[in-house]
Amino acid sequence: MAGFGFACLVLALVVCAYGIWASLYGVRSGRMEYADSGRRSVYAFAGVISVAVLVLEIAFLGNDFAFNTVADTSSRTTPGLYKAAAIWSSQEGSLLVWAWLMSLWSSLALFLTRKRIRDVAAYATAIMLGFGAFFVFLMVAYANPFATTDPAPPEGVGLDPLLRFPTMMIHPPMLYSGYTLCTIPLAFGMGALLARRVDAEWIRAIRRFAFAAWLFLGAGIMLGALWSYSELGWGGYWGWDAVENAALLPWLTGTAFLHSLMIQEKRGMLKVWNVSLVLATGTLAIMGTFLVRSGILDSIHAFGGHTLGVPFVILIGALIGGSIYLVVSRREMLRSEHRLDSLLSRESMFLLNNLVLVGLVFVIIWGTYFPLISEALTGREASVGPPWFDRYTVPLALVLVLLSGIGPVIAWRRATLANARRNFLVPIACALLTLVLLLSGFPPGVTSKPLALAMFCCAAFAIASIGQEFFRGTRARRAMAAEPAPLALVALVRRNRRRYGGYIVHVGMAVLFIGVAASSSFQHTKELQLSPGQSARVGSYEVRYVRPTATLTPKFDTAHTGSTLSLGAVLEVTESRAPARHVATLEPSEGFYSSDEASQGSVGSLIGGQPVSHIAMNVGVTRNVWTAIEPDIETPALKRIVTVGDKTLPPEDGIVAVAYLAREYLKHPPPAEFNLLVSPLVMWIWVGGLIVVGGALIAIWPAPSAVRRRVAARSRARSVGGLARA
Amino acid sequence: MGLLIALLTLVLVGLVLAIVSAPLRRARASSSSEPARDLRAPAGAGASVTPAGAPAALQAARVREELEAAREAKYREIRDAELDYRTGKLSAEDYRAIDADLRTEAIEILNRLERLKPRDA
Amino acid sequence: MRRLAGVGAGCAGASGRLRYFAAMNPSRKRTVRLVVALGAAVVLASALIYTSFSAASPALTPSQLLREAQPGRAYQLTGTVVKGSVHREGAVLDFAVADRTGSTAVALSYTGTVPDPFREGREVIVTVQKQGDRYVGEQNSLITKCPSKYKTAPPSENQNS
Repeated sequence: MAGFGFACLVLALVVCAYGIWASLYGVRSGRMEYADSGRRSVYAFAGVISVAVLVLEIAFLGNDFAFNTVADTSSRTTPGLYKAAAIWSSQEGSLLVWAWLMSLWSSLALFLTRKRIRDVAAYATAIMLGFGAFFVFLMVAYANPFATTDPAPPEGVGLDPLLRFPTMMIHPPMLYSGYTLCTIPLAFGMGALLARRVDAEWIRAIRRFAFAAWLFLGAGIMLGALWSYSELGWGGYWGWDAVENAALLPWLTGTAFLHSLMIQEKRGMLKVWNVSLVLATGTLAIMGTFLVRSGILDSIHAFGGHTLGVPFVILIGALIGGSIYLVVSRREMLRSEHRLDSLLSRESMFLLNNLVLVGLVFVIIWGTYFPLISEALTGREASVGPPWFDRYTVPLALVLVLLSGIGPVIAWRRATLANARRNFLVPIACALLTLVLLLSGFPPGVTSKPLALAMFCCAAFAIASIGQEFFRGTRARRAMAAEPAPLALVALVRRNRRRYGGYIVHVGMAVLFIGVAASSSFQHTKELQLSPGQSARVGSYEVRYVRPTATLTPKFDTAHTGSTLSLGAVLEVTESRAPARHVATLEPSEGFYSSDEASQGSVGSLIGGQPVSHIAMNVGVTRNVWTAIEPDIETPALKRIVTVGDKTLPPEDGIVAVAYLAREYLKHPPPAEFNLLVSPLVMWIWVGGLIVVGGALIAIWPAPSAVRRRVAARSRARSVGGLARA
Repeated sequence: MGLLIALLTLVLVGLVLAIVSAPLRRARASSSSEPARDLRAPAGAGASVTPAGAPAALQAARVREELEAAREAKYREIRDAELDYRTGKLSAEDYRAIDADLRTEAIEILNRLERLKPRDA
Repeated sequence: MRRLAGVGAGCAGASGRLRYFAAMNPSRKRTVRLVVALGAAVVLASALIYTSFSAASPALTPSQLLREAQPGRAYQLTGTVVKGSVHREGAVLDFAVADRTGSTAVALSYTGTVPDPFREGREVIVTVQKQGDRYVGEQNSLITKCPSKYKTAPPSENQNS
């Protein structure tokens, strides 16, 4: 069957080549049946790649270890769901998934535009198929997911235990969806420039794709942060790692694009800026994909065959060069139709927002690629750490939150200054109230962190400003339609989805930043060794190591991740102030997995694999108590058990020694390393993210056609009335 | 096994060819039976055009799409301006001025759309 | 007729400079805005570039470190953990890091969280400082790379103190 899978890849390549030729020929000669044929090639491409994915998935689920990919990342003992997910844990598999997702989104985008902007769509088809061909070519030439070994090994290596978490199932597909979705606006952007058509219809189409890309990418980033925080052993959610940054960059340019697109829609301005943003978003997405696979940056993530680096560099170079050429050669067509009416207008605020976002992008690009830059300039590779990133991104983030509170209060085109001044009273009052509350020492120690303080006040300002908008909008609607307040609110949002959905997104971001500011500035940490019975004070809590725990074999492994042995602790968390109320009982542990190294003996191989920390956390509205343990498995007594077992026991009896080791650990527990964290308001980061998603969905939800027709009819009637007036 | 693979591949290739060539086959069939009817013209661009006029049909479609989208955007702007006024961001005077501007622009678009109306009966 | 910026029209009590700015013709105003924006961008960019070079820690292999390390400066040491060199004494982890070629090795003492993937033979990055004769790893700066096979593990075990 591997042969069939490979045949699918070759067929996909042929389909791409045909589709590119057909769409280009069709649009240039005006013979649209060829452009249609090109569009259908994308559908066919999606179908063929889907078949290839199916073949590989069947191989995974059927434990067909003849497939190298399956043998490298799965095993008979890997739980079923993780077997299915293992497809994207290898280089070849992830390329296939990338190509597959790209084909699906491309098909959807072309299906949705099959009756409109057909000339732009034809060029976009060629570009999307070009991407598809690139990724399939990588697989065919460098990283074949259908490579086989004959004879097939009896058992596979198994999925890396670090990846056996539910969030790991969702994070890569979500992130890949985000990355691949970014190429759709890129294709339509280039298509528009090639077709010499950057107009209102193009805006309508591309906004939907850009929004979808932004949403999925944002969700992917959030899930990655959530995974990092709740599963990994360091207790943080963002480390300014090269790969995290690579995903954030296209999201930032996407955010800028969504805002400045509205300016182009209303005033015909910023056309060059907008196409540049859309092209940059797609290029940054490809660069992000490349970063994970190359060895160019020393990140935890950066591995993979160096052979892939060269084709990617060529692709990125072509994208950048092509983009610059297209924009420069079409600059006449991209001239602005109007100028800014007034500095005091929402358009100006959006422009400012764009500048800040682009500033952020430059900071992050500079910091992320600094090792390469410094090597090129000074011959010595050097890197900057999180403190450097924080120094520049935090003030910019403050300005963004502030702007999101100013923007709603300013009208489009030109605002009346007197009205604006009056409308700022309530939000500013709220901000000042927050400031006073915080300065009076309400959460202790808050005055020592001015940046966090500033963020809280800015967020309060933004939330109050948006709340005021909802209030006034509801009031206006009631004045017009005499509805009860809740109905008026719903009707208001339904009829102005873009505006109010956008407001909700900004509230979500403000809440998110409150969580980030609180949890990064006011965290209490303790790293220390504890023996049973000892306790430690973290923040306002007392954590006591009650007794050790040990569980054996996958059947009893509560984390269901297939570890042979799990050693941990029972921790009692109580408030340190009287009365010492019981807060939680936490059971962090460390899982020891079987290893694939031949050098280890029958016992050693059962627990010699990479250990994985299973943290235990108590989630609360105001704070999280997070605990991790690193039990000492290498005390002389325990080590002796392993060595003796290795020497005397045959492999099938090795588990007996492990059971003995567990019992010994429970009887004479050595002191263990504990990592204890109390982080305030972490939950609100995820809540904020959810609010953002909710707001975004409201904003992009198409208005029911009945509403649209009613609105259009009324507006038309009024316009005709205006004609009569004039 | 090899036979099965070859068979499956052949089936897949057949499917792909069928999907991809459908528009071409349709165009050839219709142009041989009804030379006057232009299948390539998108809905609403109207009129009977010869194959040589296909780019023109495409161009007409473009202009219509562009104006319709511009009209929708302008209606939205008018509504936004009204909402801005009702939520207290604009004084009555400013609102009237902006509203007048927007309506003038909207009427311009409507006029251009009128002139574009297809002439086929 | 297009009105001038609402800023000018509404600012009854504005400063003289603001009024002057408002009264300029639109194209001059645009030029001023452009100059101000560009100026701010240049300032920000220079600050960025300058601090990045001074705040960055150079990445060195063990042989480079032995040759060039100066006491008091932080360096990023990259290399492979030498087999048999890992000892833990209480909160301190001692291990040695060797070049990829295996020729030179540097022994260091490290305190702080040890990432899950850490073990002999794995590639690590750790920030170190030379103190006298010894090398001391900066707390919580140890990063372990996943083994050479491509794995999609997102950022793990990186600590910012």
